[in-house]
Amino acid sequence: MAETWQLVIFWLLAVIIIGSAVRVVTTGNLVHAALYLVGTLMGAAALYLLLLAEFVAWVQVLVYVGAIVVLMLFGLMLTRAPIGKGDFDNNQRPLAGVVALAVFVVSSAILVDAFEGKEINLSTAADPSVEALGEAIFSTYVLPFEVVSVLLLAALVGAIVLARKD
Amino acid sequence: MTELIVAAAEGGATRTGFFTQYMWLVPLLPFVSSAAIAFAGRRVPSKGHVFGILAIAAAFALSLAGFVDLATEAKPVEQSATWFQLGNPAGSAEHGPALGEESVEGGAPGTGFEVGFGIHYDFFAALMFVVVTGISLMVHIYSTGYMHGDDRYTWFFSVLSLFTGSMLFMVAADNLLQLLVGWELVGICSYFLIGHYWEEKENSSAAIKAFITTRIGDIGMMFGIFALFLIAGTFNIAELNLAAEEGLIGGIGLTIACLLLFAGPIGKSAQFPLHVWLPDAMAGPTPVSALIHAATMVVAGIYLVGRTLPLFEAAGVALDVVAVVASITMIIAAVLATLQDDIKKVLAYSTISQLGYMMAALGVGAFTAGIFHLFTHAVFKALLFLGAGSLIHAVHSNNMSDMGGMRKFMPHTYKTFIIGSLALGGIFPLAGFWSKDEILGSALRHALEGHWSAWVVFVVASVTAFLTVLYMTRACIKTFFGEFRGHGHPHESPGSMVTPLWILAGLSVVVGFLGIPVIGPFADWITLPGEEHHAFSLGYNLILPSITLLSAAAAIYVGYLMFYAQKIKINMIGGPFEWLYRFVENKYYLDDIYLGGVVRPVQYPLARAAYWTNQHILDGIVNGTAAGTLSAARGTYEWIDQGTIDFMVNGAAGITGRSGGLLRYIQSGNIQRYAAVLFAAVAIFVALLALT
Amino acid sequence: MPVTYILVLSALLFSIGVYGVLARANAVLILLSIELMLNSVNINLVAFSAMLQESGIPGQVFALFVITVAAAEVGIGLAIVILIFRNRSSVDVDEMSLMKW
Repeated sequence: MAETWQLVIFWLLAVIIIGSAVRVVTTGNLVHAALYLVGTLMGAAALYLLLLAEFVAWVQVLVYVGAIVVLMLFGLMLTRAPIGKGDFDNNQRPLAGVVALAVFVVSSAILVDAFEGKEINLSTAADPSVEALGEAIFSTYVLPFEVVSVLLLAALVGAIVLARKD
Repeated sequence: MTELIVAAAEGGATRTGFFTQYMWLVPLLPFVSSAAIAFAGRRVPSKGHVFGILAIAAAFALSLAGFVDLATEAKPVEQSATWFQLGNPAGSAEHGPALGEESVEGGAPGTGFEVGFGIHYDFFAALMFVVVTGISLMVHIYSTGYMHGDDRYTWFFSVLSLFTGSMLFMVAADNLLQLLVGWELVGICSYFLIGHYWEEKENSSAAIKAFITTRIGDIGMMFGIFALFLIAGTFNIAELNLAAEEGLIGGIGLTIACLLLFAGPIGKSAQFPLHVWLPDAMAGPTPVSALIHAATMVVAGIYLVGRTLPLFEAAGVALDVVAVVASITMIIAAVLATLQDDIKKVLAYSTISQLGYMMAALGVGAFTAGIFHLFTHAVFKALLFLGAGSLIHAVHSNNMSDMGGMRKFMPHTYKTFIIGSLALGGIFPLAGFWSKDEILGSALRHALEGHWSAWVVFVVASVTAFLTVLYMTRACIKTFFGEFRGHGHPHESPGSMVTPLWILAGLSVVVGFLGIPVIGPFADWITLPGEEHHAFSLGYNLILPSITLLSAAAAIYVGYLMFYAQKIKINMIGGPFEWLYRFVENKYYLDDIYLGGVVRPVQYPLARAAYWTNQHILDGIVNGTAAGTLSAARGTYEWIDQGTIDFMVNGAAGITGRSGGLLRYIQSGNIQRYAAVLFAAVAIFVALLALT
Repeated sequence: MPVTYILVLSALLFSIGVYGVLARANAVLILLSIELMLNSVNINLVAFSAMLQESGIPGQVFALFVITVAAAEVGIGLAIVILIFRNRSSVDVDEMSLMKW
């Protein structure tokens, strides 16, 4: 029973995610594209919730939707994005389509071939707590954590350096 | 075999001589002095003559010592050194078995030859050494006076020493090749010396004439030497003689070889028909004439025939040819001598005639007589030439028509010249008497034994003896008697010139006694094995000499009548025999025959042909090769280097450039294009990896 | 549920992101598409974490790090886009082909 609900929710989320993603890359309106990205990201967050990763889901919403998409919108505005419909496709759409298709086919084929028959058993899966996550980050993965911190710092400084008006 | 030869020549010799071991020094000393004079002569106050005189005097002393050694029962010496070998001449330690011999010494027959040099010192060589060094010494001393002040004084003495050394080298030879080398060397020295006053064209022409004429003879001689080698397998003279005596070689081959060999003496010893160079060679300085053309070089031919006489005797016909040629030479030269005005030319023709005498003696097998005459002739002919030189020096002219009455001005020269003339004429008891009579006696003996060529020799020699006295009488009368017909005031020559004259005059008197028949020692020294020496016989030793003395006295009287008292005048001009006179006056037209028949054809057509060949063919080949190389080089440059290699190199660069030019269109600058390619490549790679 | 569903989903999302990167002309839209790709990776990671259930939940930890890096990258990317816009008055990627032949 629970299995069935999981599958239904999953399919629903899949449709949302893919649908929004497709609209991101095909819409003619720039702001609409950003908003459709929000849809994708939210769907992904919901999927995380389904997969017992609540903290990641919230971080996703906070950082991705709250910061990154807003940053994108800022970018759009600062670069005088035309309001309303426009053509934002370059002339290698066919090639892009072919390449994307090839990538999809190859990667899905390999993945399916590798993980055929494996199951995610959400019923019996333990629900990891934030505490466990924190412990993991600050004990086992403290080094990557520090490195990422430095990376953020570098990115921050770099962005300022790049974008300041001289 | 060497031991056999030496034993055959030894006779009674027993001990090893002291000086005979060192006789190789005798040719060496003049060579050294020649080099010394050439290099250092000019810087020395004496201008070089001191070296020459010292060296020759030392060589003379050594030669005398060696002769004395031999005379006192020392053994003859043979020393040799090998220069190089071709093939394999010696199968064993000896020269293998020669022609027909059994291989008793255990060696295989040789198939090659040795070239070496060495010294074969026996009485004959010893005598020649003494003669050459002695006369050379006299001439050296004389030349210090005669050539005084000459520009090329040092050069003269250097070549004089070189000549002496070469002559000695030739005389000492133990094999024909060394003899040939010495022969050629004396030829070239003669050329230098004759052409000493080469500023005058006729002098240099005379030198060339001498050289070329003797060269023609030398060619025959070379072929003769090679022919002898072919039939006998060796160049060694002693071995050849032994082979001939033992009958191992003979027949037509030997005859031809000997005739060819004789060509050399015909040229060098001025026999008919190659005698034409000797009179013209008088263009050289008188000391040169005295040394070379009286005493030494011209006797080289006599020496060669004497050395190889066993070969000629074995060849039979060759010896007859020698006798006849010599006889012809004798008579024609004597006739010409009676017609000359130039005193040196008289002596030159006299020399030719006397050479004919020596050669004729050898031609009848009278080895001892011939060599004795060589010896005595060297002494008095040198004396006569030096005397003539003294006269020329005083009068500054060669011609007797510029002289006359010289006995008043030059008493020493006069006296010594007369002594020399008497010696030449064969007047008792001077040297020429003994030697000439020996020859006549041997010729008569040989003729009576049945050899026809000896009759020719005897008759001609007798007539020539008469003529000899006649022309010498004429020369003396014209020069020393009568009125002086020249210019200036002649005076006697300096002591350096007169002293050698007196020394030679004394020798002319004395030397003859060495060869007195029966009792003289000469016959013991100079003899061939197997030659007969006869005991005293009335006919040959008393009657014959008396007849010759009478004919000589008659000749003096006739000469007196013709030239002094002018009682007999023979004037052929205008008479029926004028053609004869002209014929003789033009030296039997021999010179003209040679000029027209030999020289001109070579000079004009042959030389022109050679020049044409050189210019067109040889130069053509050279130029053609050069042009060919140039065009090959150009072709290589243009086709291979520029066309192919550079083409390939440039082509590679061009292809790279052009392909790069095509490939650059990939750089569209469009990042998304790059990204597309990137992703596509990744997809392909992953697919490939997954599938394999 | 079979894990392959989620994997195919993420593969699809990734390829859509690829399409977006290659086909869009506006620089900001390209950045958006890159976010799609990063998200697909995150989905994969979390799915694996749920499947394997390892202690220390590395999948989720890694997903967090990816999100962090994505944020940094967007910051820089936009800074560059703004800089380009300042110099060229346009963010059309097609026009930025100075490095062409």
